[in-house]
Amino acid sequence: MAKVYIYPGTSLILSDLVARFGHQPLGSALAVRERVQTPGLDSPPLQITPEDPKKGLRYAAVEVPSGVRGRMSLFGPQIEEAEAGIIISDADLSFGCMGCARTNELVQFLLHRRDIPLLELDYPCNDEEGVRFVAAIKEFLSSLPGGVST
Amino acid sequence: MSEAASAGGLPARPGVRPGTATKYVFVDSPDLTAADLALRAYEIAPAAQIKETCFGLMINGLEADVERLVKALRALDPDRIFVKDRGFPPGDERRCRANLGGARPGFYGHENEMRLIRYISSGLRALRDPKKADLLRAKPKKHDEPLSPDRLRELIEES
Repeated sequence: MAKVYIYPGTSLILSDLVARFGHQPLGSALAVRERVQTPGLDSPPLQITPEDPKKGLRYAAVEVPSGVRGRMSLFGPQIEEAEAGIIISDADLSFGCMGCARTNELVQFLLHRRDIPLLELDYPCNDEEGVRFVAAIKEFLSSLPGGVST
Repeated sequence: MSEAASAGGLPARPGVRPGTATKYVFVDSPDLTAADLALRAYEIAPAAQIKETCFGLMINGLEADVERLVKALRALDPDRIFVKDRGFPPGDERRCRANLGGARPGFYGHENEMRLIRYISSGLRALRDPKKADLLRAKPKKHDEPLSPDRLRELIEES
């Protein structure tokens, strides 16, 4: 079973397909859950504390908005942990404020910079594209260690 | 910081115990409703917290219980049931729209992807159909190819 970073991190489709084909999807929910379940932190709404933007300094410079650094404290360790990645390039749903937009760019940049298997796709718009989309993801995931080949 | 948390005890909010997991179960099937899924889920794992929603279920419980439950629910309609992790437990006041008003954060993303989910269902069905599965695979994009000198010359001439 490989750890596969999914972008967008909140994608239902990617999260489901990665888990369905026998791997562990690394998405936003897991990072948020870790913070929600950590006793001692109580800083709503996301359990982000003033420490997190400092952790984000590992991924973004100090002059970068603290929103980017705070987000990177969630996503950065997951990117480091990932053994593979799947990126949906035309994910309009990840549109957001400048913090979100810059974080999205940085996440994709860091994924490209890491020497891990990456698959880049667009969302399907019809049945035929859906067939190719799922087949491509299955083929990619089957090639990873511990992948389900059926 | 809450008293329990500052004392190093259990978190003040219910359902956020370490070792628990929350998952969304989305169903987009003409043969299965969210109510059917909820009924089946209660039969399989009475200890899990199950919340029926308009799109399917939210399940909270020990990780092993949730995994077992998800596996059993998927088997009901494998191509049309989709599962995803959630960070917050069901009804958490920081995320529940009953407290916040308006759509739940994350709703729009799910709404967007649920419009496309039927294509994914088609893709999953096609995996069992050798003729369709042989369709051309989606080609991964190549961002790491260097810019060729010819293309660079064209760009300069165009500008």
